[in-house]
Amino acid sequence: MLLLILLLPLLFLPGPLLLRHAPRWAVGLASLPPLIAFILLLQLLPTVMQGQVLLYQFDWIPELGLSVALRLDALSALFALLITGIGVTVMYYAHHYFAGKPEAARFYTLILAFMAAMLGIVLAENLILMLIFWELTSLISFLLIGFYGNKQISRRGARLSLFITGGGGLALLGGIILIGQVVGSYQLTDILAARELIQNDSRFPWILGLILLGAFTKSAQFPFHLWLPHAMSAPTPVSAYLHSATMVKAGIFLLIRLFPVFSGHEAWFYWVAGIGVVTLLVGSFVAIFMHDMKGLLAYSTISHLGLITLLIGFGTHGALTVALFHLVNHALFKAPLFMMAGVVDKAAGTRDLRQVNGMAKHFPLLMILSFIPTAAMAGLPYLNGYFSKKLFIVESLNGPHSGMIATLIPILAILGAAFSVGYALRLFHNTFFNGKPVDLPNWPPKKPSNWTYAPLVFFAAACVILGLWPELMLHGLIAAAANAANVSSDLLIPATSAPHIVSYDLSVIQDHPWLSLISAVTFLGGLAMYSARKTLFAWHAKLPNLNAKDHFEKLMQTLIGWSQNAVHMVENGSLQRYVLYLLVTALVFTGWPLIGLDVWRGNRELMPIDAMTAGGIVLLAAMALAVSFLHHQRITALLFTGATGLFITIGFARFSAPDLALTQFSVEVMAIMIMMLALSFLPQTSPHESSRFRWSRDVIIASIAGIGVALLSFAVMTRPQSSISDYFLANSVSGGGGTNVVNVILVDFRGFDTLGEITVLAIAALAVFALTRNLRLKDRPNHQQNEYWNGFAESHPLFLRVLARPILPMALLVSAYIFLRGHNLPGGGFIAGLITAAALSLQYVACGIRWAHVRMLTQFRPLVGAGLLIAGTTGVGSLVFGKPFLTSWFGHFELPFIGEFELATALLFDLGVYVTVVGATLLILANMGRLMTIHGPGKEIG
Amino acid sequence: MEILVAILLGVLTASGVFLILRARTFSVVLGLTLLSHAVNLFLFSMGRLHTNAPAVIGEAAQHADPLPQALVLTAIVIGFAMTAFVVVLALRSVLELKNDHVDGVDKNEEPI
Repeated sequence: MLLLILLLPLLFLPGPLLLRHAPRWAVGLASLPPLIAFILLLQLLPTVMQGQVLLYQFDWIPELGLSVALRLDALSALFALLITGIGVTVMYYAHHYFAGKPEAARFYTLILAFMAAMLGIVLAENLILMLIFWELTSLISFLLIGFYGNKQISRRGARLSLFITGGGGLALLGGIILIGQVVGSYQLTDILAARELIQNDSRFPWILGLILLGAFTKSAQFPFHLWLPHAMSAPTPVSAYLHSATMVKAGIFLLIRLFPVFSGHEAWFYWVAGIGVVTLLVGSFVAIFMHDMKGLLAYSTISHLGLITLLIGFGTHGALTVALFHLVNHALFKAPLFMMAGVVDKAAGTRDLRQVNGMAKHFPLLMILSFIPTAAMAGLPYLNGYFSKKLFIVESLNGPHSGMIATLIPILAILGAAFSVGYALRLFHNTFFNGKPVDLPNWPPKKPSNWTYAPLVFFAAACVILGLWPELMLHGLIAAAANAANVSSDLLIPATSAPHIVSYDLSVIQDHPWLSLISAVTFLGGLAMYSARKTLFAWHAKLPNLNAKDHFEKLMQTLIGWSQNAVHMVENGSLQRYVLYLLVTALVFTGWPLIGLDVWRGNRELMPIDAMTAGGIVLLAAMALAVSFLHHQRITALLFTGATGLFITIGFARFSAPDLALTQFSVEVMAIMIMMLALSFLPQTSPHESSRFRWSRDVIIASIAGIGVALLSFAVMTRPQSSISDYFLANSVSGGGGTNVVNVILVDFRGFDTLGEITVLAIAALAVFALTRNLRLKDRPNHQQNEYWNGFAESHPLFLRVLARPILPMALLVSAYIFLRGHNLPGGGFIAGLITAAALSLQYVACGIRWAHVRMLTQFRPLVGAGLLIAGTTGVGSLVFGKPFLTSWFGHFELPFIGEFELATALLFDLGVYVTVVGATLLILANMGRLMTIHGPGKEIG
Repeated sequence: MEILVAILLGVLTASGVFLILRARTFSVVLGLTLLSHAVNLFLFSMGRLHTNAPAVIGEAAQHADPLPQALVLTAIVIGFAMTAFVVVLALRSVLELKNDHVDGVDKNEEPI
């Protein structure tokens, strides 16, 4: 049921977009989901009013403590009813506001998504889940404020609000994670019972600060209130819904939800009540001077939010009850006022109070209907605002504080109440009376249909009913909600026991008969202020203009400028520089932990040095250095590179790696061949262009890298080894059926890796094929090398031609031998494939591509595919026998004349490797080779 | 012997790094080749140095660590494929950018 309530708006989400071209009434169906959700909630209401807590849990990522856990108690029910109830009226109102406009569908979709997110906040049992919905409301609010994205004012207002509320969301995330660490759970049930634990933790100041930051930014508390007035560029239904009734209340909700955890702490009182009272005064004071109707209402909202925050800050149960009561009242009188502003704005074309005057003549019904909420806002008798204001003053007198604060807060509260009378008067009198309209864009004002007023009637009636019988709410849902909110560990009621609801005692009002006097004083004060408005405005005009948005924009521009500069500095398009960054980063991150290593020389016994090997190593090092010193002479450097590779081959053979030696040898031949081919199309020398500084810098970086690698490898090589290879060595014969452990690892133990690696090989070969496909290297770059190469291009030395032909069958025989013995002796698919490819490419070199192609099959791409297919099928084959992928099987057979021999499925896998290697290598070589024939590149090969 | 191999590794790495910091594609290709030699040798040396101990059961009393060898074997083959790929990229960029500077813009030279 809870999940359904949450999902209802989401289920209808695509509706408005689908019905975009349907008749108007169809789009109005969008108000169905909040209505259904509202009814469902009402149905659950009796249960939760008894103090029961309905929980719904679905584990989402239990490892992270993240679950879709929902909770419905009286508090969340109160908020959910507000969200859905006001939602219905706003939907209805929007139906008239957007009448016939194409953007209506977008609005409905967004507002439904927002509704779902808002319900998510109040229904969440898991704090992380709540945060997700919290951020969603910020994001959707951004979209709604920037609804008219073609207007700069909308975009900037949206950006400001996202900046502030999004930043607050980050702070909240920090606070929630800290709570989770302290309590060990993100479930509200656990957290609400952990008051002592949290308050006594050393991280408590951080928790409180971060959570308050989140709540205050969302609820537009001073000094984060600045985004709310600028959010008024949103369409009026959005302002009525998000910025008076729901989203700004999310912060309040958070404060109330966590009330049992924080209340009673001194810091809570000072910060929450302090910020609340400042917000109350600033909001109500600034509101008087707003010329924009919606701006005035925005500041009024800020002041009322401050009032509620102040009450929560008192930390007493009574104050909490009054806070909830006023929250409901505020939603009931502020939403219709926004709607009134929207009606006037649409009818008159402006909502500037200096122009909108004397509207009573044109909208008598609207005047009567908006008089009630205005009077409720000002706190006139027999209306709901009257009671909440009275109770507010009572609570400010009964607060837990003493001394100077005890006298100061009631005085400030009365002052704030007087201000609110002042701006209420301004809004009402200025709009409907105060002389004649001035230069209205629409004249005469267009009258909206009377149906538009329906929500206003509803709200006015609610204000009157709650004003006459406040105990309806105070003793009913509000009392239950306050109880649900204030579950302290000692007060926690088991869900099944008899309900124990502490109702608010309204008789306090009788205890303070002078309260009516105070009300009268605030009213007269507000009246006086409004009468003196001309003087006040003149004075206000002289104050320096502090427009938050302008400052914010300036700040944003500066930041954008900085980041642009930073990006240009780092990302200047030079690959050479990116490589430098990468290398330096790698050096820093690998070098940092190495600095702490004290002992470089481990205690493993060193291998004695013999003259031959030492000589080889010195020669090898010298050649590697030669490559870098002679790299300007490219052909020389290339020859030295080739020699380096060959020496490394010898090194592998020397240090007991015959397989590696064979592989390296055959690869080296072909790699050098490819680079030779490429060099014929490139300049033959590299210019000396590096500056002295760059050269020295690179030498230093290279030296650091070299020394680091040398030290690291020395440190490892001199330490004793413990390796997982013992398992491979022990099981190679019994498990893999081969004595060459390297090959058994490749085709059996780690066969999956090998399959991946030959796939990479195949992809690289195909990439080479694709890149050379349309490559038309018409002429060699410049003449000097034409002279250089011309002599060789098409001449195939007789000696080589004659010798290459008999070599081919011999080489193929060798590769077959190497392949077959690979499982037991050095060899295998990789090496055999490379030998075959080398033998075939020798034919190209000796006799030319045309000659070779007449005599051989060149379907290299199908060959690559076939190789992968063989290897993959062998792996899948083991599945048929109910074994895991790539399990190998082997057996020994007896054949006449030949004797016993072994067959293993691993051989089949190795065949796949062999075929892939041959295909890929030849695909690369042939396609690069064809580029340099004298007859031009010709068609692609393979 | 270990100290000599370590120095060799250092020299190979330093040469490779120095070359991939150069401005011309061909130098970078050479640098990558040297650097992949260094990396292969480094991986190989993680199995420690052994003489006359191939990882073939029955051939010798002791066996070198076969796992780094298996890793390096595939690394060599893939390194070859990648070299080929980089070389073709270099050719392609010369053709399309009319110079062989890694940044695609040559400040010092006439276009070739």
